[in-house]
Amino acid sequence: MDHTSPLETIFRRVALGVILVFFLFPIFWIVLMSFQTNEQILRIPPRVFFSPTLSNYKALISGELITTVGSLKLTFMHNLWNSFFLSTTSVLVALVLGVPAAYAFARFKFRLGEDIAFTLLSIRFAPPLLILLPLSLLFNEIGLSDTYIGLIWVYQLICLPLIVWIVRGYFEDISPDIEHAYRIDGHSWAQTFFRIAVPLARPGIAAAGLLSFIFAWNNFVFALILGSADKQPVTVGALAFVTAAGISYGQIAAAIVLSILPTLALALYAQRYLVEGLSLGAVKG
Amino acid sequence: MSGLELRHVRKAFGAHEVFPDLSLEVEHGEHVAIFGPSGCGKTLLLRLIAGIYDPDAGDILMDGRSILDLAPDRRGIGMAFQNFALYPHMSAFDNIASPLSAHGNSAPTEHVREIAGLLKIDHVLSHAPRALSNGQKQRTALARALVGEPKLLLLDDPLRNVDAKLRYEMRLELPKLLRGFDATVLYVTQDYKEAMALGHRIAVMSRGTIRQFGTPEEIYYQPADVEIARLFGDPTINLLQLQPEKSERGVHIRLSEVAVPLPDGDALPTGRECTVGLRPEVLAFVDADVPAAIPVTVEAETPLNEKVVSLVRTSCGHELLVSRPAGTPAPASGPAHIGVDPGRLLLFDPSSGDRIALQDAVSTRGGSTT
Repeated sequence: MDHTSPLETIFRRVALGVILVFFLFPIFWIVLMSFQTNEQILRIPPRVFFSPTLSNYKALISGELITTVGSLKLTFMHNLWNSFFLSTTSVLVALVLGVPAAYAFARFKFRLGEDIAFTLLSIRFAPPLLILLPLSLLFNEIGLSDTYIGLIWVYQLICLPLIVWIVRGYFEDISPDIEHAYRIDGHSWAQTFFRIAVPLARPGIAAAGLLSFIFAWNNFVFALILGSADKQPVTVGALAFVTAAGISYGQIAAAIVLSILPTLALALYAQRYLVEGLSLGAVKG
Repeated sequence: MSGLELRHVRKAFGAHEVFPDLSLEVEHGEHVAIFGPSGCGKTLLLRLIAGIYDPDAGDILMDGRSILDLAPDRRGIGMAFQNFALYPHMSAFDNIASPLSAHGNSAPTEHVREIAGLLKIDHVLSHAPRALSNGQKQRTALARALVGEPKLLLLDDPLRNVDAKLRYEMRLELPKLLRGFDATVLYVTQDYKEAMALGHRIAVMSRGTIRQFGTPEEIYYQPADVEIARLFGDPTINLLQLQPEKSERGVHIRLSEVAVPLPDGDALPTGRECTVGLRPEVLAFVDADVPAAIPVTVEAETPLNEKVVSLVRTSCGHELLVSRPAGTPAPASGPAHIGVDPGRLLLFDPSSGDRIALQDAVSTRGGSTT
């Protein structure tokens, strides 16, 4: 039954349109920019219609930037791979460590349990710059600076608290009776964890994984300080476009488009897990 | 050898002691209904037996062996939860097959279909739990508890969350179904009718102790205390504060100035007030010329399908409920007379609430007070 008046319907659509334009227009403009040369971008007034060029993408993929003062080597594709590798590995490590921890925090009462959980969360309060200096000194000392392992380790500061706290909530929402029933049926503790708790918390695990992937992907300072050129992700790599010959806006736009593609693809894929109901109808009420 | 035995089980959560000292012995193959008000620890009792919680002290034995050192998956128990606790991400079939696959039974199909047929859910086996009606969920949960043919079956108020009609059907169906399994059954319920229909014996729990453990007849006719008398029976028992009097013909109580003789008892209290329990069906309308007919005024009448309950008032102001089969004649209002069957009258100590043993009809038949 629809009780909305035509006026209301029109207003609703207009409001939705305004919101969509507000959020999507910058992205749309960046996509347009990525198909323009620097001259086209910088002309005044800007134009929506132009003859598109693929030169920006070509420069990024071939790794050679031709500027007025000569050609410049770009490591963008390698940066993109670094981003992908660092984010994926960090999230996987954080999931392996965080999901069992979240389960423990949700199900068992143990000494200092709440304190440990809160300490994990408090890592998110502190600005990363606060720990970067001692961390870089320490990493230099033990030989972890400029290594993938070192970066993945530091990325746990981003991923682990998110995963532990989001997934914990989902585990708490599962009726313990469902797990008890599975135990009484004759299954071991581990079987119950992997076949009941984890599948039922899957929407939460997917959401937490996706979120921490995005946070890891967008991270800038850790990689800037702790990694050198060949370990740096796109966020740091984009600095290369600010050259002596000026800022190459076209390449920056193209780089942004390329670097949001993996996150976008992941978000679209994980969407169906995110919206999947938690335990619909299994328990009364 | 008893199928299940609890020896001095103690369980506390922090400062809250749920079971101070609980003992229970259930025969092998016996069906015991555990009845009590909500919050008295019935569900916790089942969870202790299932191994979800461990008792602080005491022992739990199955077939004479302690099961306390066994994990829940090693105890060989079937359990149906009050909230069904079905696995939401598995089909009804996989839910039921779970105890079989856990024990390495690789081809459980036939067995699952058989039990599903018994419970009339064979047509919904491919459905996910959320696609099942409440009745079907409850039957799926029961099937899952039964399919492994456990030695001990724990049913935690399985009819609580189904509608009245289904509950009535299942109350008739369950005893027949359970008879097909060689299992000791503990059945938790808050409904005294369910307890009477399903239990060979009933354990009445209150505040963490078992107040009475006996057959449904014993519980009904010889309740251990006034609380149990009030919990069993619909309409509830009439309870009057009266002082028994002694005369040359024995001890009697007075209702509307008419003496109702009490049967001989061990230590009939005279000279102090007692709680007299009169079940509504013990009272009956009689003609005025019957000996010891008690004059009353009929105040109201409530037909309850198979029976009619009348509210009457004695001349000294006591209100009584009188129950009679529907269709039998009785005055709907105004003055009338009722008669009491003294042999079925119950007497309770007013301070402790304990029943005072009388030489009543039941105990002379050989039953003994527990």
